[in-house]
Amino acid sequence: MCRIARARDHPVMAGSGHEDSAAPIDKTEAEARPPDQHELSRRAFVKAAGLLGASGMLAAGGLIGVTSLVRIAAADDLASASPEELAQRQWAFVIDLRRCDGCGDCTKGCQKMHHLPEGQEWIKVYNLTGAGGQPIALPVLCQMCERPPCVQVCPVVATYKVPDGVIVVDQNICIGCRMCMAACPYGVRVFNWQVPPQVPAGEESTSPLFNSPQRQGTVGKCDSCAHRLREGGFPACVTSCSMEAIYVGDLVADVATNGVDTVVLSDFLRTNDAFRLKEELGTQPRVYYIAGHGQDLDF
Amino acid sequence: MIEPSATPLLAAEQDLRDAALRPVVNAGRRFWVLFIGLGLFALAGTIAYGLQLAAGGLSLTGYTDQIFWGSYEATMVAFIGFSYGGALVSAILRLTNASWRGPISRIAEGTALATLLVGALFPIIHLGHPERIWELFVHPNFQSPIFWDMVAILTYMLATLVLLALPLIPDLAALQDDPRLTRWHRRLYRVLSLGWVAAPAQRRALTRAMTIVAILIVPMAVVVHTVLSYTFSLTSRPGWNSTIFGPYFVIGAVYSGVAVVILAALAYRRAYGLQRWIDDRSIRNLALVLVALGVTYAYATFSELTTEGFVGKQAEVELLYGLMLERYAPLFWSFVAMGLVAPIALIVIPRTRTPAGIALAAGMVVVAMYLKRLLIVVPPLSRPAIGGEAGSYFPSPVEIAIVTGAAAGVAMIILFLFRLVPVLAVDEMQEIERERAEALAQSGRAAGHGPVVVGEAIDG
Repeated sequence: MCRIARARDHPVMAGSGHEDSAAPIDKTEAEARPPDQHELSRRAFVKAAGLLGASGMLAAGGLIGVTSLVRIAAADDLASASPEELAQRQWAFVIDLRRCDGCGDCTKGCQKMHHLPEGQEWIKVYNLTGAGGQPIALPVLCQMCERPPCVQVCPVVATYKVPDGVIVVDQNICIGCRMCMAACPYGVRVFNWQVPPQVPAGEESTSPLFNSPQRQGTVGKCDSCAHRLREGGFPACVTSCSMEAIYVGDLVADVATNGVDTVVLSDFLRTNDAFRLKEELGTQPRVYYIAGHGQDLDF
Repeated sequence: MIEPSATPLLAAEQDLRDAALRPVVNAGRRFWVLFIGLGLFALAGTIAYGLQLAAGGLSLTGYTDQIFWGSYEATMVAFIGFSYGGALVSAILRLTNASWRGPISRIAEGTALATLLVGALFPIIHLGHPERIWELFVHPNFQSPIFWDMVAILTYMLATLVLLALPLIPDLAALQDDPRLTRWHRRLYRVLSLGWVAAPAQRRALTRAMTIVAILIVPMAVVVHTVLSYTFSLTSRPGWNSTIFGPYFVIGAVYSGVAVVILAALAYRRAYGLQRWIDDRSIRNLALVLVALGVTYAYATFSELTTEGFVGKQAEVELLYGLMLERYAPLFWSFVAMGLVAPIALIVIPRTRTPAGIALAAGMVVVAMYLKRLLIVVPPLSRPAIGGEAGSYFPSPVEIAIVTGAAAGVAMIILFLFRLVPVLAVDEMQEIERERAEALAQSGRAAGHGPVVVGEAIDG
């Protein structure tokens, strides 16, 4: 965008547009009839002003686009590594529904770790009924979509995907319009309506990777415990699940673990017929589910 | 500065000027009672918004994580919609050279501006962090419908201002020395009339400018309401993700907007005895436009619900049941009765096509269309994305105070505007009258006639 703007700003380039093919004709006319000289120069001025204005807008647009990108890069402040190094890891989750008993320990562990306001759930456990009438517990955390609709619609680039595949919210920037909540098909985004509770000293963070405490008037969501993953730790929901139903893994290394067992991720997904939620929407989530026999999970 | 009137047909000119200035020169005691009454509501709304700000977010609203949009978003859509109606009435009638536009064009332009100024506050009021609005200018995401909304609304606001200001130029020039006006008014008129002396070159330029603005504002209004609908339809949510939403919003906007113009025109006509100028013919024609739009809106509603309901996808059917038979049924059927059936019937039946009947119809359309906007926003949200209970929502006292305060604010801006400038487009009405007189003279029917009164019903 910037390059186009610069090319159009350039006097030679600006004069090479097809609009000027009419210029010589104008000129001969103007020479033949002197009174039109004024008219011509005014036209030329309007044309030049229009070109300048247009190129200025393009340049400004490009500049704004670039600053937005710079902000995403700068906001990655917990990262000691470069974006390329970070992209060596592509985090994913697998939830084995055969093991999940719906106890909700993952929710509690997450709330405790993130110091969430009362009642706010970043991983929700839905108690559903299967086609055969059997109860199904379905924990839903951020689905880490490869094509995240929430990121597309944020008007101020306050929510974005970091290089290792985690989608974060910068609560220093979020204007609280809730457009991302409207766009998320999985209902994983929440809003901080009330004043959040106090956080113990030393555990505060304003990093988009770990917002603590939550900021009132902004959107919050599961951050996949990106800060822990980068330090080699496990997300809170994985460690707090006593059924070992939640696996966290890396699509690049093709490995996943629930803290006890370690599996080859692609094999594990294939042999167990893993599925993703609302596949038909084309969001391409990175959270996989493994259903028990006869479970009908078409959400 | 009174233009020399070339023909006796313009004998009513002075009367017309007097009528147009009536609210400016002598508003009347009832004006102030009304203005102060509305001011109290607006004050209550302002205080409510102050409370919302002081609470540091949106904690005083009735919103939840599930139904996180509600009255503010409905008000935004409704008020900006009212605005399009006024702008389109003014622009399209001018472009089609409808001779009955004269007495209502100024009022239409006024309501367009007033409703937009207030409606455009709601995208800010609904934010959790309104003080960060500058982020939209500094770090915008060009992919976001909210960014498109902002660009479209701001552009359209400028166009609406110009749409009002241009036809004012000759009127203000003609009235700038009127002794009944305050000195402040006269100074304002002199500045805003931009040195108008009714020279032929000026008139040509003005006519051309007005035509350009009228042409531009039609697609502009379509764009604005389309991108406003995209805030909803560019999500995967059942009930929102509908291809009809763009045009549906545009039609709904014009429908409700025409109703607002009718209400404002009838109110001014009655309060200031302008029956001779804002004649029955203009009101009746506007009412027929309302019917045409109402039928179109009914058709769009029918088409949307039928295509979703017939196929029977689970989410859509749940929404339809909620709307037609369950939780939202009372509201939905109120909308159908008050927003479609009753107003159309009132205007279609000749016996009730009176000013009172038309006012009732227009009033019902305004209320019902607000209801409809709530029904567009809330039910699709109340359906959980994955599982669990359907959410419920009722506007909190703070929300109600802010929304009613905003409605009062719209009325106050209109009242203030026509304390400032003439309520009738004097010059435009004279132009139309001149054209009509020429047409009459050409057809040879003018011979036996005395002075033709502006606004007198002449068919054909």
